[in-house]
Amino acid sequence: MLSLDILLATPLIGGAVLGLVGHRDRARDVNVAFSLATFAAACALTSRVVRDGPIFAWDHAVYLDALNVFLVALTAFVGLTTSIFSRPYMRTERDRGKMTPPRLRLYHSMYQLFTFTMLLALTTNNLGILWVAMEAATLTTVLLVSVYRTAASLEAAWKYFILCGVGIAQALFGTVLMYMAAERVIGPEGGGLLWSNLEAVKAQLDPQIITLAFAFLFIGYGTKVGLVPLHNWLPDAHAEGPTPVSAVLSGLLLNVALYAILRCKVLTDGALHGSALTGRLMMGFGLLSVVAAAFFIMRQRDVKRMFAYSSIEHMGLMTFAFGMGGPIASFAGLLHMTVHSLVKSAIFFAVGHATQKAGTQIMDEIRGLLRISPTVGWGMMLGALAILGMPPFGVFASEFLIVTTAMREHAWATPFLLVALGVAFASVFHRVQPMVFGDSTMKRLAHPPALLPVFVHLGIGLMLGLYIPPYLSAWYRQAAAMLGS
Amino acid sequence: MSTLLTQFVDLLGALLLILAFAMISQRRILSMIHLFTAQGVVLTLATVVVGVVTHQPHLYLSAFMTFVLKVLLIPRLLHRVVDRLDIRWETETLINVPTTMLIGILVVIFAFNLAMPISRLSSALASGTLGIALACILLSFLTMITRSKAVPQVIGFLAMENGLFFAATSATYGMPMVVELGIALDVLIGVLILGVFLFQIREQFDSLDIRHLEKLKED
Repeated sequence: MLSLDILLATPLIGGAVLGLVGHRDRARDVNVAFSLATFAAACALTSRVVRDGPIFAWDHAVYLDALNVFLVALTAFVGLTTSIFSRPYMRTERDRGKMTPPRLRLYHSMYQLFTFTMLLALTTNNLGILWVAMEAATLTTVLLVSVYRTAASLEAAWKYFILCGVGIAQALFGTVLMYMAAERVIGPEGGGLLWSNLEAVKAQLDPQIITLAFAFLFIGYGTKVGLVPLHNWLPDAHAEGPTPVSAVLSGLLLNVALYAILRCKVLTDGALHGSALTGRLMMGFGLLSVVAAAFFIMRQRDVKRMFAYSSIEHMGLMTFAFGMGGPIASFAGLLHMTVHSLVKSAIFFAVGHATQKAGTQIMDEIRGLLRISPTVGWGMMLGALAILGMPPFGVFASEFLIVTTAMREHAWATPFLLVALGVAFASVFHRVQPMVFGDSTMKRLAHPPALLPVFVHLGIGLMLGLYIPPYLSAWYRQAAAMLGS
Repeated sequence: MSTLLTQFVDLLGALLLILAFAMISQRRILSMIHLFTAQGVVLTLATVVVGVVTHQPHLYLSAFMTFVLKVLLIPRLLHRVVDRLDIRWETETLINVPTTMLIGILVVIFAFNLAMPISRLSSALASGTLGIALACILLSFLTMITRSKAVPQVIGFLAMENGLFFAATSATYGMPMVVELGIALDVLIGVLILGVFLFQIREQFDSLDIRHLEKLKED
C-alpha cells in the first residue's frame, strides 16, 4: 500500500533531513513541503478507506477503519496548516534572537518526528506499538516545549516529562494486563496485542483482568488527554512552548490520547458484557474536567494558559460524550473532536501572532488588536466565539447534541454542563473582547503573518456547523457504530 | 526442576521488592545508582529463568537487552552525569524515613490485594509476581514523590520502568519483540533527554533542587 508507506515514511525522513539542515533559511519551506506530502498521502489513504471499507496492511500490523482514518486526515491537515503558520512565526522568533540556528534545527526535526509518532499511534493495530508511539510523542513534545531554554519553559518541560512519564507508565501496565488476558484466550503465539484480534475475542476475555487493565489504561492515557485531576502539565506545556507547539498539542496530541482510550473502551465493553463501568468512569472524569476547567479559566491572566484550560474543558466534554455512548452522543463526540481541533489550533495561530506583536502573553497588556491588524483581531474574535459555541459554528452543533442527549439520558449532569459552559463563555469573552477592541500601542511586525490557516480552519468549523457533507456524516456514523453503545 | 525454577523467579521478585524498599530510604545518590544497577541484574536473571522455564527463546534476547541497557548503559550514563555535575557524594535530607517505610508497607499490601484475584487466574509461572511487580511500580512512584532533587527522581522513574518490565516478563511470557524494542528505545532516549535537562536545569537555577521549579502556579 503505497499511500500508507508514504504517510509514515515522509515525516520520518523529514525528521532526519531537517535534523541535518533544519537551521537553514529554507528549512521552514522544507518543513511545509514534508507536511504537504504527508497530507496528500493521508488524503489518498482516506479516500481509499471510504471507498473500500476497513483495511489491513503490513501483515496486520496496521489496521484502518472509519474511526482512525478520519483522525489520520485531521492530524495530517492540522500538521500542514501549523507548519504554514510556523513559517512567519519562527522567522520573527529568529529575528528576536529567541530561536538560534541549533534550536531551529531541533524544532523542525522534532516537529516532523512528532507528526510521525501521532500517525503511527493512529494507524497501528498493535496496542503495544500504540503505547510506544504515545511515549515517543511525549519525548518529542518535551523537547519542543523546552526549546526556548528559559527557566519557565524548562520547568514546564520537566513537569510534563515526569507527570506524563509516570502517567503513561500506568498505561503500559494496563497494556501488559490486557496482553495477559488475551494470552489466556488466544495463546502466546497468536498476536495477543493486535487490536483486531482482541476485538474478535473480546467477549471471552476475563472480565476481572480487563477491568483492572482498563483502570490503568484510563489513568495513563487520561493523563495525556489532560483530564482533571491529572491535568497539571497541560497549561504549563501550552503556555511556555512556542505557539505552533501549543496548536499541535491541543489540536492533535489530546485527540490521539482520547483515541487510545476509545480503542480500549471498545474491548472492555465487550469483555464486561454490557456493564456501564467504562461509560460511568468516562462520564465522571469528563464532567469533572469540564466543571473544574471552566472555573480555572476564570482565574487566568496569560492568554495561552486560558485557552489551554479551555482545551481541558473541551476534552472533558468529549470524554463525557463518549462515556454516554449511543449513536448520537458518539457522533457528537467525533464531531466535537474535529471542530475543536480545527478551531482551537486556529485560535492559537491568531494568539501566536497577537503575542508576538504585543511581546507578552499577559492579557491585560494586549489591547486593540483590531487597530493594528484587523485580520489577527477578527481571527481571534471569531475563533473565541466559535470555541465558546456560538451558533453558526460547528462547536455549537456538537455541544447542542451533547447537551440534549445528556438531558434525555442523564438529566442529573445537565445543570453542571450548562453552568460550566456559561462560566467559560463569560470569562473567555470578557477577556478576549478588550484584547480585540480598544486602543493599541503595539507595533507592526516585520513579517506578514500567515492568516490563511486561521481562516481556513474557522471556515471549515463554520461549514461543519451549517452543513456536514454526506460522506463525512456517513463516516462519523460508521465510527460511532464501531464504538458501540 | 521446574518448581525449583519457579520458586527462583519468586525469590528474584522478592529481591526486586527489597531493592525498591532500599531505594526509598537511601540518602546518597551514588548508592541509589548502585541499587538501580542491582535491580537491572536481578531483572536480567529473572528474564533468563522465565525463558528457561517457558522455552521462549525470544526472552533470552530480551534478557540480553535488559543487561546491556539497565546494567551497563544507563548506570554508566548516570555515573557520568553525576560526575560532570559534581554531585557524586551529595546526600539528601530525607524527611521521616520510618513513616515513608510504613506507607511503603501499606502500598505493598494494597498492590497484593489488587493483584490477588488476577494472580489466581494467571497461567504464567509464579502467582505472586504480578503483585510484586505492581508493588515495585508503586514504591518507585513513592520514591519519586518523596525526593526533592532531580537525579533521585530520575532514578525513581527508571526503577518504575523496571517494575513494568518485571510485570511484562513474569505475568505474561514477555511482550512481542517489536514492542519490547520500542519500549527499550523510548527508555534510552528518555534517559538521554533527562540527562540533558539536568545540565540545563542546573545552568538556569544553579541547583538541582526541584523545589525551585515551582514558579508556574495556578493563578
